[in-house]
Amino acid sequence: MIRFENVTKRYPDGTVAVDSLDLEAPSRKITVLVGPSGCGKTTSLRMINRMIEPTSGRIMIDDRDTAAVPTTELRRGIGYVIQSAGLFPHRTVVDNVATVPLLLGTDRRQARARAMELMEMVGLPSAFAKRYPAQLSGGQQQRVGVARALAADPPVMLMDEPFSAVDPVVRNQLQQEFLRLQGELGKTIVFVTHDIDEAIKLGDQVAVLRVGGRLAQLAAPAELLARPADSFVAGFVGRDRGYRALGFSEATHLPVQDEPIAELGAPLSRARDVARDEWVLVVDDALQPQGWLRLDGDGSGPDAVITEQALNLGGTLADIHGTFREALDAALSSPSGRGVVIDGDGRLVGTVTASGVVAVIEAERAKTAHATEPAS
Amino acid sequence: MNIWDYFRGDQSEILGWLRTTLWLAAVPVVVGLIISLPVGWVASRFRWTYPPLVSVAGLLYTVPSIVLFLVLPGILGTGILDPVNIAVALSIYSVALLVRVVADGFSAVDENLLQAAAAMGYTGAQRVVRVQLPLAVPVIGAGLRVAAVSNVSLVAVASTLGVSQLGSLFTAGYNATVNGSTPILLGLVMFVLVALVFDWVILFGVRLATPWRRAAAAR
Amino acid sequence: MSASTILAAGGDLPSLGKVPGWLTTASHWWGEHGLLVSLREHVAYTVVAVLVAAMIALPLGLVIGHTGRGVVVVVGLANGIRAVPAFGLLLLLVVTLTPKIHYGEAVSWLVHRGGVPYVVPVEIVLIVLAIPPILTNSYAGVQNVDPAVRDAARGMGMTGGEVLRRVELPIALPLIFSGVRSAVLQVIATATIAAFLPFLGGLGYLIFNGLQQINDPDAGYPAMIGAGIVVAVLAVTSDVLLLGVQRLVVSPGVSGRFRVKAAPSLASLPGKTMEVAPGEP
Repeated sequence: MIRFENVTKRYPDGTVAVDSLDLEAPSRKITVLVGPSGCGKTTSLRMINRMIEPTSGRIMIDDRDTAAVPTTELRRGIGYVIQSAGLFPHRTVVDNVATVPLLLGTDRRQARARAMELMEMVGLPSAFAKRYPAQLSGGQQQRVGVARALAADPPVMLMDEPFSAVDPVVRNQLQQEFLRLQGELGKTIVFVTHDIDEAIKLGDQVAVLRVGGRLAQLAAPAELLARPADSFVAGFVGRDRGYRALGFSEATHLPVQDEPIAELGAPLSRARDVARDEWVLVVDDALQPQGWLRLDGDGSGPDAVITEQALNLGGTLADIHGTFREALDAALSSPSGRGVVIDGDGRLVGTVTASGVVAVIEAERAKTAHATEPAS
Repeated sequence: MNIWDYFRGDQSEILGWLRTTLWLAAVPVVVGLIISLPVGWVASRFRWTYPPLVSVAGLLYTVPSIVLFLVLPGILGTGILDPVNIAVALSIYSVALLVRVVADGFSAVDENLLQAAAAMGYTGAQRVVRVQLPLAVPVIGAGLRVAAVSNVSLVAVASTLGVSQLGSLFTAGYNATVNGSTPILLGLVMFVLVALVFDWVILFGVRLATPWRRAAAAR
Repeated sequence: MSASTILAAGGDLPSLGKVPGWLTTASHWWGEHGLLVSLREHVAYTVVAVLVAAMIALPLGLVIGHTGRGVVVVVGLANGIRAVPAFGLLLLLVVTLTPKIHYGEAVSWLVHRGGVPYVVPVEIVLIVLAIPPILTNSYAGVQNVDPAVRDAARGMGMTGGEVLRRVELPIALPLIFSGVRSAVLQVIATATIAAFLPFLGGLGYLIFNGLQQINDPDAGYPAMIGAGIVVAVLAVTSDVLLLGVQRLVVSPGVSGRFRVKAAPSLASLPGKTMEVAPGEP
């Protein structure tokens, strides 16, 4: 556990970057610090490994005052990942990853072997080991940065906007893998970002800081969306938060209906036979949905078959174990108005309608509202 | 004897040396600029010409000045003491230094700007002269300052061969039986002043040519 | 040695035609003032000056770059030295220092009899000249290191010395090398001019000896140009050799010379020497 006790950082020119911060980052959880620029989130993070020294107050890691530990020893025990990765350009990928073990006196062969394991863990092919950072893409560099921070197996990790310099597709991929990795490793992580969506997606708890370095709210993501503490937090969390909050509620009791299907390559007439309206869902032989087929008039001959070219690919897929947000989005984006629900293996379960999903959401709300009412 | 008295005592001759020194240092910079602008443009426009052009320039730069001062008479058919040798040698060094600078300065201009200029209907030549060249002025100016200061220093080397200019103050001091350090000190002061003047003139020219930079700095 | 005597004799136009013959005559290579002995002396002066300068300038530049302290003073001083003509500085030192040195013996093969009073000021000037390019380039090399890289190095628990040795120095090497190459070229050139003074030797001896008998078909103009060509070859060879060492020492990750990439990196061309510290040919 990392604990900020009344921590203040004031610069010689009088600016206060962090103001009397009290905060606990629980062990084996991800605590995200989020806020606009100038809110002191990076300063707070960098005070943990004493890259910046607090003006007053204490920061404890597992009840040990960080001020009492020599900086180099402290830092060698804390993983540190920064925005532009900060890889050493003169060292190969494997030697970058092996840096901290080598500093700690591990012999070279062992450190390299460990580095290769870590590269695999973060999804880097072993062929990259002998490359130099300049030969990698931004996303790959960031993976190396994470592997390097993990190399000495530190219990604590500090991450300063690690995914903000890569494109949205890669960022999403890195976030997913980061969550998977954290599921396996269970590190105590403090994560800084300016992106509230990233904070909500990754954080077990989110600390929203306001300009001047004051803590505005510390809460779990769903809580933050549902009950922002004040207008600053509400403004920062942003629009659509009702809709985005659905991303945190597991979609139980989804009203899934059976959907008539036709197989890819089957005669067009078969699709006409099963259709309930002008749209038919087309699947492959593994029962995985391929797209919607529109039955318009009968311009085609009697022996026409269902081809991939004829399919409408609009419409997202919702996992049966996913969230309400996914289910609602699947229904709203589907050309037929029916959202496709699949299981963990990508096989068709059935479809849901938007009104069906909303009805369940409202029912759930009524239950929780009832449960929390006495508190207000 | 202080250096001021020495200067007054031999004023007309020293001022003549000063004039020679100014010419010997200035003309090569101008010649170097005139030659290196097109050559540097070629090196930046056709990237494959950059490595050979810059390598040749670098090679020329490694040849010590005294060697060039001595070889040129044999090539040009001039006398050993002809100041033309010095001017030509320094022009060669200026070109060697500036080709690379001009090429880098042209290459550093944002490609988007050139695309925008093309989209507005500038011809190829207009783009180079009205967009690329003005924007490369700060980089080229920095190169000119280096070339000028280095030229001033190199002029002094010519006094080892007996070409009369401010460097003659050094040999005069060396050959003097007493108070030899006075003319040498005077020479050092004058050389540094000449270098400073060149530096300021070029700096001033760059300022005049790039009014937008002052506007940006003032904000 | 004085200019007027040569001026009087300088009516003849010198010709390069005799130079190849002069250079291919064996007796001009061997012997007391032959090219080989002169070359050895020239190299010795250069190596001593550059080594001493590097021992002073490299640590100083690295520390300044690492701490950011003293930048204005040291870099300003280094740039100031560049505006001072080396030849003037050399003669000033000779006029003031040489009369005070009374050691007249030879020093092994390195310094001729009577040479010490001249060699000392010459070496001092050569060292002074070699310091600015090495100093400013090593300072700039360290300062140019990506702040994120430095931050990461500190953040993973490196001490200041470890950051300097393991991260900043290897990344600064290309610039440091171009500073050293620049210094070497400048010292080779200035050591030639230093032979204007008596008892010094080096390749410049043949040039200034020739200047006094310029019309002599053997020791005159052909000898001057022959020696000059050897100086130029020495300069180019030293530069290429150092470039070779640079390629061996600098990490491919820094120079961009990856095995998978075929295109040569601009950073490794000889012209790069001029980047931060243009020398004085």
